[in-house]
Amino acid sequence: MEAVVDELPVILGAFWLTVKLTVVSGVISLVWGIVLAAMRVSPLPVLRAAGAVYVNVLRNTPLTLIIVFCGLGLGTVMSVQFSRDDLSLNSFWLSIIGLSAYTSAFVCEVVRSGINTVPLGQAEAARAIGLTFLQTLRLVILPQAVRTVIAPLGSLLNALVKNTTVAAAIGVMEAALRMKNLFDAHGDAIIPIFLGFAAGFVVLTLPLNLLSGRLARRLAVVR
Amino acid sequence: MTERGATVLYDLPGPRARLRNNVLTLVFGVVLLLVAYFVWTKFDEKGQWDGKLWEPFLRGETWTELILPGLLNTLIAAALAAVLALLFGAVFGIARLSDHRWVRIPAGVVVEAFRAVPVLMLIFFAQYGGSLAGLVVTEFAAVVFGLTVYNGSVLAEIVRAGILAVPRGQAEAGSAIGLRKNQVMRLILLPQAVTAMMPAIISQLVVLLKDTALGFVVAYADLLNAGARVVPANYANLIPSVIVIATVYIVINLALGYLATWLERRSRRSRKVTADPAAAEAAAGGEVALMR
Repeated sequence: MEAVVDELPVILGAFWLTVKLTVVSGVISLVWGIVLAAMRVSPLPVLRAAGAVYVNVLRNTPLTLIIVFCGLGLGTVMSVQFSRDDLSLNSFWLSIIGLSAYTSAFVCEVVRSGINTVPLGQAEAARAIGLTFLQTLRLVILPQAVRTVIAPLGSLLNALVKNTTVAAAIGVMEAALRMKNLFDAHGDAIIPIFLGFAAGFVVLTLPLNLLSGRLARRLAVVR
Repeated sequence: MTERGATVLYDLPGPRARLRNNVLTLVFGVVLLLVAYFVWTKFDEKGQWDGKLWEPFLRGETWTELILPGLLNTLIAAALAAVLALLFGAVFGIARLSDHRWVRIPAGVVVEAFRAVPVLMLIFFAQYGGSLAGLVVTEFAAVVFGLTVYNGSVLAEIVRAGILAVPRGQAEAGSAIGLRKNQVMRLILLPQAVTAMMPAIISQLVVLLKDTALGFVVAYADLLNAGARVVPANYANLIPSVIVIATVYIVINLALGYLATWLERRSRRSRKVTADPAAAEAAAGGEVALMR
């Protein structure tokens, strides 16, 4: 127990990194995922095919492989750099590329399933008053689609919180890797440290669940 | 996108729309080609398309000595973890529906707790906690432990939702003809629940197979380890090697994915099952079969 109390600033720092990874890659994947969903329902076969290939490739590849590709492939071999002198900042952004690329494929599929729940009449009415495809999508379909999929998007965010631990594969000092380091430093306090970190994840995910459930109810489209 | 779907968001194109679509197709086609060209040249600058980096994958011994042993280890870990996770899921899924509070509540706590903790943390904990208890925990055991308890907890929720989705009359009819509680569960509820939940179960097993790649972090000699450590150590070809390995993963997962859709279609056709898979899946909570 003392080990957890003594290391509290370190533990909180690790979770702060987890939160940063989640928020940044969450925002990027939401935007990119909606763009992909728009591509997959567009009238242009080129865009539909490109979106489908992207989603099927990324969704069926292990996240660990994607993050390793970003960290070692892009980072080391291709020397993609975000910061000249700060290596940890570099791997932070490389892992965000990996997390966003992976999560956006799932966001795309969720949003697309939301688009399917919007009644046919909505799109027909939009077209009848002369809206173009992009206007129909932006003003009529997407607002309703996104509101119906808030709960699944919340689950995705929840999974993303846990998935940020995979960034440990390229040495980002988020919660899981920090926990392993603390295990090494305090061999006698493994169980309290584990329980501390597990509690941290419960604290992060539980409010997310409650919030997304409440938002989903409040924003539900009345039909 | 189906024909029906295609008409939801836009009309069948007339002459002007067809012209516009053709122009846009050309524009976006060029844009996509430019993106591909940009990526290609960036990799080319670093010599990643160099024949000697790819040539090892044309030789049999690269596969038989480096990659296939890794694939085998991945499949062994996945298979063992799948069997154990299914057992774990069945036991805890049923325990959560028990009539006895002293069974129901601890089972619920275990399932909810393990679902909230990332698999990687469970793997680390297995390694360090095991050695604390005086056990020798191999990387293999740690990976199987992590995958079993996490996916087992998710499967427990799937099983529970599946059982709840079987119409109440089924269990009542079972009791009415004098079956005992465990007979009702074993002979009536579980078979129907499992059939209905098969697609969700298979999706979760795909997730499990993908998650074996986490073994890379603790240096378990799996497929990803072969592709990202062993092969590049021999031929200094990390990017080609990771691309080849990714293809192997994608092929396996797509095949399992098709199996899941096929089973779903079959179970929708069959009349024997009274539980509605879609309703059961919704009841299991969005996260089931969604991600990871």
